[in-house]
Amino acid sequence: MTAVDDRPTTEIGSARLRKEDQRLITGRTKWTDNIQLPGMVHLAMVRSPFAHARVSGIDTAEAKALPGVIAVLTGSDIADIQGLNITAWPITTDQKAPDHLPMVVDHVACAGEIVAVVAARSAAVARDAAELVDVDYEELPAVLDLKEAATDAVLAHPSLGTNKSAFWQLDSKAGGTGGDIEEAIATAREGGILIEREYRQQRLIPSFMEPRSTVVDPTGDQVVLWSSTQVPHLVRFGIAATTGLPESKIRVIAPDVGGGFGGKLQTTPEEFVTLAVARTLGKPCKYTETRSESMVSAHHGRDQWQKLTLAAEKDGTVTGLKVELMCDLGAYAGLVGGGVPVLGAWMFNSIYKFGAYQFNCTNYYTNKTWVDAYRGAGRPEATYAIERLMDELAAEVGVDPMEIRRKNWITHDEFPFASVAGMTYDSGDYEAATEKALGLFGYDELRAEQQRRRESGDPVQLGIGISTFTEMCGLAPSRVLGSLNYGAGGWESASIRMLTTGTVEVITGASAHGQGHETAWSQIVADRLGVPFENVEVLHGDTQIAPKGMDTYGSRSLVVGGEALVRAADKVIEKAKPLAAHMLEAGVDDLEFAAGRFTVKGTDKGIGLTDIALGIWTGHDYPEGLEPSIDADATFDPVNFSFPHGTHLCAMEVDTETGATTMRKYVCVDDIGTIINPLIVEGQVHGGLVQGIGQALWEGAEYDEQGTLVSGSFVDYTLPTAADTISFVTDHTTSPSTSNSLGTKGVGEAGTIASTPAVVNAIVDAVRHLGIDDIQMPCTPERVWKAIQSAGGTTDAAPVADAQAHFDEGAPNQDPAAGTTDGAGQ
Amino acid sequence: MTRITVNVDGVSCTDEVEPRMLLVHYLREVVGKVGTVVGCDTSNCGACTVHLDGRSVKSCNVLAVQADGHDVTTIEGLSSNGELHPMQAAFHENHALQCGYCTPGMIMQAVDLVTENPNPSEEEIRVGLEGNLCRCTGYHNIVKAVAAAAGSMSSERTEAR
Repeated sequence: MTAVDDRPTTEIGSARLRKEDQRLITGRTKWTDNIQLPGMVHLAMVRSPFAHARVSGIDTAEAKALPGVIAVLTGSDIADIQGLNITAWPITTDQKAPDHLPMVVDHVACAGEIVAVVAARSAAVARDAAELVDVDYEELPAVLDLKEAATDAVLAHPSLGTNKSAFWQLDSKAGGTGGDIEEAIATAREGGILIEREYRQQRLIPSFMEPRSTVVDPTGDQVVLWSSTQVPHLVRFGIAATTGLPESKIRVIAPDVGGGFGGKLQTTPEEFVTLAVARTLGKPCKYTETRSESMVSAHHGRDQWQKLTLAAEKDGTVTGLKVELMCDLGAYAGLVGGGVPVLGAWMFNSIYKFGAYQFNCTNYYTNKTWVDAYRGAGRPEATYAIERLMDELAAEVGVDPMEIRRKNWITHDEFPFASVAGMTYDSGDYEAATEKALGLFGYDELRAEQQRRRESGDPVQLGIGISTFTEMCGLAPSRVLGSLNYGAGGWESASIRMLTTGTVEVITGASAHGQGHETAWSQIVADRLGVPFENVEVLHGDTQIAPKGMDTYGSRSLVVGGEALVRAADKVIEKAKPLAAHMLEAGVDDLEFAAGRFTVKGTDKGIGLTDIALGIWTGHDYPEGLEPSIDADATFDPVNFSFPHGTHLCAMEVDTETGATTMRKYVCVDDIGTIINPLIVEGQVHGGLVQGIGQALWEGAEYDEQGTLVSGSFVDYTLPTAADTISFVTDHTTSPSTSNSLGTKGVGEAGTIASTPAVVNAIVDAVRHLGIDDIQMPCTPERVWKAIQSAGGTTDAAPVADAQAHFDEGAPNQDPAAGTTDGAGQ
Repeated sequence: MTRITVNVDGVSCTDEVEPRMLLVHYLREVVGKVGTVVGCDTSNCGACTVHLDGRSVKSCNVLAVQADGHDVTTIEGLSSNGELHPMQAAFHENHALQCGYCTPGMIMQAVDLVTENPNPSEEEIRVGLEGNLCRCTGYHNIVKAVAAAAGSMSSERTEAR
């Protein structure tokens, strides 16, 4: 690989306006639901209103009789061809996973499961007919609460015999990466500090703005499937692996896709049912979900109980962390499914130097919507836990929470750093990011104001929240995935086609759905090949155009896919070099390449790359033994993850009389290595922040005791609006990643991972003097108010409880705050 | 079926529609204006926002028959003579969109907001866009874009005087 410093840098780092925008701001976008094909049939799903039931009969006669209805199909009608929604990551070899049929044949495991499908001439008729399908259900007892699921008193899938899916552990002593956690805890219990907490990661709904839609055209021999998916290549694999259709006959296209956030990282029942109906009828079919269907049937995110034990010395030096997770998978193990919480295993230790560490994760099934990746996937949960704990430790020691972090974090001269969880952090500078953030925030002034408000007994108290986060992204080195029993690789692919008339086609296996790949990829290729930005066309999201790819999730597109692009570009140059030598009548060693031209050293003789492309297209004159093409492909498999980090500071005002919270200021300084396009990066950070803030303050998927999702629309599932949010102060420090030649780190998930604990830490900080050390998310005014009302009643009035209860084996939640909130365990 | 005549983006359209048909479905399925999109089924998200006689409406909240005899402007009719509307340009220049799904509705609402209040404060912009949900941008750049467009729209008006 050529040295990082000698490449042209005109495009990389420039705030190019996006190529994608023109069609999006003028309404010329190609959403899946826009597709109309001749003879197209519209589908509507009949879904179970029950969380757990046996289907004893389905009467479709009345629905079939409705004018305009073409067919009504049930699970048994398509059982042979419907395939299976796969799980790619059985986290242990003995993981229990029920088959996830796209359409139920007889057993419903969560509300919203598809039990029948109507095909009709219009979407409106299909929906009318779906209302007329008469399904007999035998209701079964449903298990809805995660902790109850762990008792196996009621089974989500009686045939499994247990609700437990798998147990997974990472232990620093066993792995040789650190000490014995039990020893660290015992020592701390004797003469140090032990912080024991139980935190709730509530269930969230990804809430991409474009409802999912699938169009399937069975064109005789081939099947074309358009879908609003993040993962066209994985969908194609899933279809081929489970429906009997040969992979070579399946073309999957993700046209413009309106957001995903992990929510479209899935093979969906709806895709498979639409495919089955299209194959059965031999006609193109379209299914577009309503938002209410999306809320209950698209997978959810998070949903953990976290039992945490942090051991430290009296001065606040952390000696060990033990993590025990209970995770709700919902009714099925999704594509990543059980592996999502496991992604947190390497992140609970975060930026800190812990002597000992143990991560335990037990996954359970319940009769709720299945849970899978949502922006951050495992890492926000981990970051929340450790950043909340560091604040609790600071309170216990009686120092500023930033001081406790400084005492424990990895210093800039310790990189590369082998973490207690077994990861090697390649680069970073936590001190630099923190110094910059503190300055931008006006930390000392805000602390002084906080003190004044405390002293004056102001009913509106000020709190400051810190989150010094890191994450691992750029999924992922294939060998690492293999060692974790993951079913696929983590490489990415790119191709570059040098067209005859001077433009360049770039094919990427990443599949953008709002990120701006067309723009950023153009910048990288323009620099590398010395061609104008405008002359680069980026093609993606169609398995026939981009046949190889692992798609877009896990902040991987740039750090993995971007590197594939660099390598393909370098191959183009390498292939063109002997041709240039031939055309210039010079030796290969006498040539140098810069700004799109090969020149003979010390002369003004030269030829442009695009001229070589035209010359080799004619093929009239080229050296023996070479192929007449300078196009190139590359597949890049990363050797390490990338580890972005940052310091996020949040000031929250809490009205102690009403529980209302108001965000006053939010500052973040992120280190994401080399930045290709600062405009796109800022956008990713802003959007990420608000999703994390949404978890802290507003969002939560709530079920009633029947297993009905009561936050099943945008009326009840309260997404942040413009009026709820503020403008942010964002900045960067730069420690280039060493695992790819551009020096980039992922940024897609950083804001979401970092912001949730910053906000909750700020709220708790505002009311800690009232004796409050936790408020369960989302920190609604009601919960904050109740915590304030019950403070002193359920916790010591002193800010530092000197005799905290320790966890007893099998004891229920002992976090005092959890008892004060509604919906615990829901 | 009911016969309606609606002027959509400057073109008079006469069609037979079911009385229950929503304006957004009429625009998408009958007229072919697929630039206007559906994001929810509870009138919360605003993705389907269009102008009815020059004022913003959520087209999922209006029946097609109610638009009979009226003018509808969609995102596809906003630019004129091949020039982007200042609001469209501002969204592009300020990176106020990512996936772009909320963008047509957001732009139509923002145009209405600035028409009503030519010099809005950040607070007024935020409140004015409260009925339009975006999941990608965190609203930061949308607010910036609307403020920028308000500035350029007001200087256009000054020049026109």
